[in-house]
Amino acid sequence: MQNLTLLSGEKFQITLQRLCHQLIENHNDFSESVILGIQPRGIGLSKRIAKQLQIILPNNKINHGVLDITFYRDDFRRGDYPLIPSATEIDFIVEGKKVILIDDVLWTGRTIRAAMDALQAFGRPEKVELLVLVDRRYSRQFPIEADYIGIKVDSISSQKVVVSWQETDGLDNVILVSEHK
Amino acid sequence: MADTQQQLSSRHLLGIKDLSLKDIELIFETADTFKEVLNRPIKKVPSLRDITIANIFFENSTRTKLSFELAQKRLSADVVNFAASSSSVSKGETLIDTVNNILAMKVDMVVMRHPYSGAGVFLSKHINVPIINAGDGAHEHPTQALLDAFSIREKFGEVAGKKVVIVGDILHSRVALSNILCLQKLGAQVMVCGPTTLIPKFIRTLGVQVETNLIKALNWCDVANMLRIQLERQDIKYFPSIREYAMMYGLNKKILDSLDKEIVVMHPGPINRGVEITSDVADSKQSIILNQVENGVAIRMAVLYLLAARK
Repeated sequence: MQNLTLLSGEKFQITLQRLCHQLIENHNDFSESVILGIQPRGIGLSKRIAKQLQIILPNNKINHGVLDITFYRDDFRRGDYPLIPSATEIDFIVEGKKVILIDDVLWTGRTIRAAMDALQAFGRPEKVELLVLVDRRYSRQFPIEADYIGIKVDSISSQKVVVSWQETDGLDNVILVSEHK
Repeated sequence: MADTQQQLSSRHLLGIKDLSLKDIELIFETADTFKEVLNRPIKKVPSLRDITIANIFFENSTRTKLSFELAQKRLSADVVNFAASSSSVSKGETLIDTVNNILAMKVDMVVMRHPYSGAGVFLSKHINVPIINAGDGAHEHPTQALLDAFSIREKFGEVAGKKVVIVGDILHSRVALSNILCLQKLGAQVMVCGPTTLIPKFIRTLGVQVETNLIKALNWCDVANMLRIQLERQDIKYFPSIREYAMMYGLNKKILDSLDKEIVVMHPGPINRGVEITSDVADSKQSIILNQVENGVAIRMAVLYLLAARK
């Protein structure tokens, strides 16, 4: 196993800061925008983004929810075990809002396809955008691209991109894991 | 996400007897997420869109059938319904033939209610698709027990350590047996209460307490699950009259108010108002009867989802 750190320390924090400011450029005071983290791995990033936005914009309410996409995935009954769902918490109206979907890694695009389907159950958003910390380029299986990207990575399918968070894993970093057999 | 390598230990849901504590917890956790789905503006998810389910009911049902059908439709499954009374069963077809004919039309799962105990177990030995028992005679009614325990868990936060009394026709009740097994697996204490003629002799071997005095039972419990007298299964008289039963074992507001603490009242339905429970109790704020019905859809969605996903 060979690991390559793609993002850590100060660079990690600067990347998050940049993503927040890019969001503010397009969403102003967030009165018409909501942030949705995709369960399970996207919520580390979405919570952090929501927290930092709240620090930058102390007088505005940042609507933050989490979306579980398990029931909308296209690989149901195709794995060895059932897909176990996580919680969805959306306590605001999505109808007519600009929705920013947040996930840690954009790879095949299948998760985002499922997330867009799942979102329909909560109403018709005015616009849906996508923010990811890591974009694994040239590996898409759907015509999906992110609007806000932390870093772009060239990787092969046997590699894994692992994002860790201070709150849950004890450390902020992004690692590219290659397994050699 | 919970542990991703979890699945039910059985291919079928024939009875609570076959479920482990882990299975029950997995069903509850999955039902939690489906309950959230049921409160969305659009209450439908596409998970089972390539699955066809046959609901085969050899016995009458309102709640269970409707609840299963809604659960299936909320999961986007295709549904075929079959009621024995309007079918070739009355022309002399056997159970296996009936079911095999339905399966020949490419059905992926069977939900069955049957008046004979063990019909589901029997069928599972002869056909090759997952079977969900929606009640077999006086044997088991697993989804009812799961939704009852789920409702207790929702009300109190947990089932372990709670005292539950099941009142009424224990002898003919599949709900009673499934409830006893399910509640015990979850760590609750269970008591049964009713006239001695309606309490089976072997019941103590399950580790439940037996009480013939309703007031004593109610003073002991946190939750009272009031069962209906199953007159359709009673071929002899087990008590002098319905009126006398109602006087001895019917729960009314006066009794409820005289208890030391506020207990929770449950009923699996259909209610015979004025017999096992009076209207003012059934409609009181201590009753969670309609919550049980609501939770029934979420529990059945969870069971269908987990069984359909299992390899």
